[in-house]
Amino acid sequence: MRIAVFATCLVDGLFADVGKATIALLRRLGHDVDLPLEQTCCGQMHVNTGYPREALPLVRRYVDTFARYDAVVAPSGSCTGAIRHQHAELAGAAGDATLAEAAREVASRTFELSEFLVDRLGVTDVGAYFPHRVTYHPTCHSLRLLRVGDRPYRLLRAVRGIELVELPSADACCGFGGTFALKNGEVSTAMLADKMRCILDTGAGVCAAGDASCLMHIGGGLSRLQAGVRTVHLAEILASTESSAA
Amino acid sequence: MTFLGIPTASSTGHLRAPRTFPEAAHDALGNAQLRRNLGDATATIRAKRAGVVAELPDWEQLRAAGAAIKDETLAHLDEYLIQLEEQVTERGGVVHWARDADEANRTVVELVRAAGADEVVKVKSMATQEIALNEALADAGITALETDLAELIVQLGHDAPSHILVPAIHRNRSEIREIFLREMAGVDPALTDDPRALAEAARTYLRRKFLSAQVAISGANFAVAEAGTLCVFESEGNGRMCLTLPRTLITVMGIEKLVPTWRDLEVFLQTLPRSSTGERMNPYTSMWTGATEGQQFHLVLLDNGRTATLADPHGRSALRCIRCSACLNVCPVYERTGGHAYGSVYPGPIGAVLSPQLTGVEHNPTLPFASSLCGACFDACPVAIDIPSMLIHLRAQVVDAKREAHHTPTPEAAIMAAAAWTMNRPRWWARGLRAARLSRFVRRRRALPPPLSAWTASRDLPDPPRETLRDWWQREGGVQ
Ligand code: SF4
Repeated sequence: MRIAVFATCLVDGLFADVGKATIALLRRLGHDVDLPLEQTCCGQMHVNTGYPREALPLVRRYVDTFARYDAVVAPSGSCTGAIRHQHAELAGAAGDATLAEAAREVASRTFELSEFLVDRLGVTDVGAYFPHRVTYHPTCHSLRLLRVGDRPYRLLRAVRGIELVELPSADACCGFGGTFALKNGEVSTAMLADKMRCILDTGAGVCAAGDASCLMHIGGGLSRLQAGVRTVHLAEILASTESSAA
Repeated sequence: MTFLGIPTASSTGHLRAPRTFPEAAHDALGNAQLRRNLGDATATIRAKRAGVVAELPDWEQLRAAGAAIKDETLAHLDEYLIQLEEQVTERGGVVHWARDADEANRTVVELVRAAGADEVVKVKSMATQEIALNEALADAGITALETDLAELIVQLGHDAPSHILVPAIHRNRSEIREIFLREMAGVDPALTDDPRALAEAARTYLRRKFLSAQVAISGANFAVAEAGTLCVFESEGNGRMCLTLPRTLITVMGIEKLVPTWRDLEVFLQTLPRSSTGERMNPYTSMWTGATEGQQFHLVLLDNGRTATLADPHGRSALRCIRCSACLNVCPVYERTGGHAYGSVYPGPIGAVLSPQLTGVEHNPTLPFASSLCGACFDACPVAIDIPSMLIHLRAQVVDAKREAHHTPTPEAAIMAAAAWTMNRPRWWARGLRAARLSRFVRRRRALPPPLSAWTASRDLPDPPRETLRDWWQREGGVQ
C-alpha cells in the first residue's frame, strides 16, 4: 500500500513534530510512507471565511498531489473533514464535474489518523508507551464531521503507562473555529476559558487531541495561564515508545 | 419608531441587528450574572433534551421524516397555501396576505380597530415579535398584553426576548421577583422568589385580562393545509385561554409553517416538544379550524423575506425550521453571549442564518460569522438543517457583497488572496513557512497588530520549530 501523509499547512509550518510522529508511527507499523512536497493546504480556511473561489486551486492541487496513492493519512480531523465534505462540492459549484469526481475519489481514500489505524489497518494497540496522566479533547470536526467516535480512545487505552482521565464536557467546542478566533476573539476566549477549566479540573498534565489547530488554541491559552499543562497531538503519543518516550 | 431605544427598520421589523455581533457580544460577555443564568439554564435543558431524545430508537428517522415533509411542503408551497386559504375561508375564517412587516401590522391594527378594542391579549408568537407588532399596536393606541409567562416577564421588564422558547432565559428568579414587584399592578408586596409564588402572581394578574379582552392575537406552530386547521403548542395553557375566550382571534403566521396533512403533524408532535422543552409531549396542544359561532377568525399570512429565502437553493432549508430552539441550547456561542447579541428576534445558530436570509446579508453582515462551526446545532436540529454549511454559504455572500461595494479589496480579502496564491506554489509556500520561524522572536510579544491582536490578547503563539516538516523530510525524511 502506497501511503502518503497529508501534513496540513499548520503541521508543516508550526508543528513539524506532529508530522514526524505520524510518519514514524506508520513506518513502525511496517508501511512505506511518502510526504509529497507539492502538498500545501486543504483550503478550509478560505472556504470557512467566505472565499470559496480562492480555495478551488487548492482542491485541484490536493487531487493532483495525492491521486496516485492508495491512501492518504492526515493528522487532522478538521482538514480530513474539509477534504471529504467540501472539496467535491467546491468543484461542482464551480462547474467542474471532472474535478468533482476526482476529488470525491481521492477523498474516499483520505483518512484521519485514528480512522486509518483502526479501520484500514485494523490495529488499536500500536505498541506505544506514554507514562503520563492524559485527558483527551475529541475536537468538533473529528466528532461531528467525521464521526470518529471512540477510535482515539481505543487507541489511547492500549498505550502502556498512560493514565487516561475523562474530560468533563468533552464534546464542547474549544472556541478555535479558524478565523472565528480572530473575528470573534472575545467569544472565542470565553469558550476557551471554560475548556481550560475542564482540563485543569482533571488534574492531567497532558491534554491531547487529534487536531493541531485546536491544540494550538488550547495550548496558547494554557501557556498564557502558565498552567503547567502541555498539549500533545494523538500522533505524538502513539509514536512514543519506551526508547523515545516524549 | 424605536424599541428599547434601538431604531428599528420598519419593513422587516425586528430582524436587523443594530450593532455588529462582536460589539454586542462584548457587553454580554462582561455580564457575569447573565453568563451564569444562561449557562445554568442551557445546561439543564440540554441534559433534559438529550435524555428524552435518547429514549426514541427511531429519532434519526423522525428527523429525516420531518426534513422531508418540510421540503415537500416548500417545494409546493403555493399550492398548499391556496388549499389552506380555501379551507379556512370555507369554515368562516378570513385570510389576509402580507408582503412585509408593515403590511401585516397595518392589517392587524385595522382588524383590532374594527373590533372596537383598545386592548388585546397575546399568545406567545415569534411571527408577531418578528414584525414588531406590539410596537405597531402601541403606536395605534392599542395595548398588547403578553400572556406567556416568560414573554410577560420580558414585557414588564421593558426588555427584549433573548431566546425563542424561553424569552426571559437571561433572567433568574430574584430578578423576576423584582420586575413583578415593580411593574405588576396589585401584586402582593410580600411576594417571594419561589417559582410557584411567581407563577401564581402572574396567573392572578392575567386572569382578569383574559376575562375582559375582546381580541386575541396568536401565532401558529403549524397549519394543516388539507383541513385549514391552525395549531399552537404551549406549556402553560394561557394560550388556550386567549384562543377560546375573546370574540375575535387574529393569527399571524409565516407562510412556511404549513404541513400538507394531518398525518404529517404526527412527526412534529414527537420531535418538537422533545427538542424544545425536553418533554415527551407538550402539555397543551390547541387546534382550531375557521371561526366558531359568535366569534371571528382572521389569518394573516406573512412573507417578510420568506419567498426570497425560498428562491435561494442554499438558503431555503432554513424554512424547515420549527422554532424549537434546540440549536440555541447546544450552541457554545449562544451560551456565552445570550440572544440579545444577535440583535434580531431570532438568536442563536438559526438566527445567524435566518435573519440574514430574510433581510439580505447586507443588513446582517456579521451574523454568519457568529459561529465556530462546531456543528452542534446541526446534530440537534429535529429537521436536520445543515446550519454550518449555510453559514459558510452566507459568509461567501457577505464577502461578495463587500467585493462589489469596494473597488479595492478589503485587507482580509488581500490576505486571503495572497495566502491562496502562495499555497498554490509549493516553493513559495516552503519559503513562507521557513520565514515563519522568524516569529520565534515575537512569540512572547503580547500585542501583535490587528487582526492578530485578537489572538495574542488571551493566547500565546506557538513556538515554531527550528525546521519545517518539509525541510526535515528533504534532509532526512526519506531515509527509513
Ligand atoms: S434550526 Fe432546527 S434546532 Fe434550531 S430552532 Fe429551527 S428546528 Fe429547532
